[in-house]
Amino acid sequence: MSEAAIVVARLSKTYVVPVRGGGLAAALKSLVRRKTRTVEAVREVDFTVAAGEVVGFLGPNGAGKTTTLKMLSGLLYPTSGEARVLGYTPHRRDKAYLRQMTLVMGQRNQLIWDIPVMDSLERNRAIYRMPRETFQRTLAELRELLDIGELLDKPVRNLSLGERMKCELAVALLHRPRVLFLDEPTIGLDVTMQRRIRTFIAEYNRRTGATVLLTSHYMADVEALCRRVIVIHHGRLLFDGELTELVKRFSPHKLIAVELAQDGVDLARYGDVIATDGGRITLRIPKADTARVTSRILSELAVIDLTVEDPPIEEAIAQVFEQAAT
Amino acid sequence: MTAILAAYPTLFRIALATMIQYRVSGLIWMIGSVLEPVIFLVVWSVAARSAGGSVGGMDPHDFAAYYMLVLVVNHLTFSWITEIFQYRIQYGMLSFQLLRPLHPIHQDVADNVAYKLVNLIVIAPALAVCWFLFEPRFPVAWSLPYAVLALPMGFAARFLLDWSVALVAFWTTRVMAVNRIYYAILWFTSGRMAPIALLPGVLRPLAHALPFYYALAFPVELALGRLTPAEVWRGFAMQVLWVGVGALIITTVWRAALRRFTAVGT
Repeated sequence: MSEAAIVVARLSKTYVVPVRGGGLAAALKSLVRRKTRTVEAVREVDFTVAAGEVVGFLGPNGAGKTTTLKMLSGLLYPTSGEARVLGYTPHRRDKAYLRQMTLVMGQRNQLIWDIPVMDSLERNRAIYRMPRETFQRTLAELRELLDIGELLDKPVRNLSLGERMKCELAVALLHRPRVLFLDEPTIGLDVTMQRRIRTFIAEYNRRTGATVLLTSHYMADVEALCRRVIVIHHGRLLFDGELTELVKRFSPHKLIAVELAQDGVDLARYGDVIATDGGRITLRIPKADTARVTSRILSELAVIDLTVEDPPIEEAIAQVFEQAAT
Repeated sequence: MTAILAAYPTLFRIALATMIQYRVSGLIWMIGSVLEPVIFLVVWSVAARSAGGSVGGMDPHDFAAYYMLVLVVNHLTFSWITEIFQYRIQYGMLSFQLLRPLHPIHQDVADNVAYKLVNLIVIAPALAVCWFLFEPRFPVAWSLPYAVLALPMGFAARFLLDWSVALVAFWTTRVMAVNRIYYAILWFTSGRMAPIALLPGVLRPLAHALPFYYALAFPVELALGRLTPAEVWRGFAMQVLWVGVGALIITTVWRAALRRFTAVGT
């Protein structure tokens, strides 16, 4: 493994939030005694990301993903534990560190709303003190990769959500950061645009060797980009490993797809029939029964084709979240 | 420092483009800024006439000159940062600014200067109309060149203090209440409501101790030659003092504000 780009050790973040019931009585009471509650957003999380790795950071809403990304980018300081990115302590926000990282939030953007995209790019060129030549070269590359040539002269407000995200990525990556924190970069985008952004991130990673930590609720993003995923829930680390391992470990089911010689056979006695597509029937069975059910089907029915598959990753993820909740 | 200055031409050019884009809203804001001194000019002129021609040694033509200069100086030294800082935090703009290797105040300076430059276009005809309507009397003042120096100093003092007050937004969401108090004090002690010489007893020394007079009426009175050499030097000393105080507050409070911001997030 190459050197670590991100090292997180027993990283924790607690927020103190005021609590108060509804109504006048509670309001008056809060004047005398302010009640607060401690929320442990991130609890003793440990992980390491190697330079050049693309890691999916998964968890349900409120799991602590964004809090962790904010600690890594330097917007929040940890309550305890330590985070080091490229050898820097993020919350000190050393200029040398800021020049090498970027944070992209799918829900928010840093483009200047009423003037052309090019001006936002120019502004970052000045702020990051890029020589004109480097700027031109990087911009040409981003323009080609993101296909934003004709968007640069348009005011940001006239862009669609997807176009805006492409431009946002161009602005955020103009200074060629070595570490990318992407918080839901494809949120709200249509399937084609999601794919486009995904391809871009993969290509950027390949060309520059940048380290990417990405959160997304779209499993297609994670499957396409990340071999490794880190799952957190209620602030705790639940899983850190290969995506395929996640499915193996957490999904209690296997899918058997069978194609039969004759029609109209009822397969319900072997397992749950979850799809019938022409002659092809898909069954869901408990993982432990896989071998037994497969051999039964093969011996009892006239089978043309049979495959055993892992269920979609969504199911594994849902399973992880459910397990954690109980 | 050179690196920061190198960013300015681009920041300024983009700010200028933005302000031109917002020209209509800029114009509406400017109408407000022009009306206020004109109203006071009319009020004081009426007061002077009914008091037999002058109040505190100023006749309607003197008031005209005073308030026309107040109009210009206020335009050049005001800022809107206290009004928007809360939104900047709320809508996450500040987060992006904090992740760039440049202090957010520089963007504000560029925006502010751009706004002023663009809207001088409104100030010029407003002054021409005032000249025609109110016939101001501008004396040939020995201290006029000093006014040119006092203007950027006044801007610096006011800008830094506005920025310091804006940082209150890190601790409370009720920024409006703080702003109201701040602007009430500014209004009374800057010479906007009345020339300081006309203020009642206790307010006068207060105005001379607080920063707002030095950011507004001081350059105006320098241009009109209404100050003694001793007052001029004292005024410059106070400007330097308040620029220093503003810079000190910003650096210390900004650090505390960021500690708080990075503790609780948005």
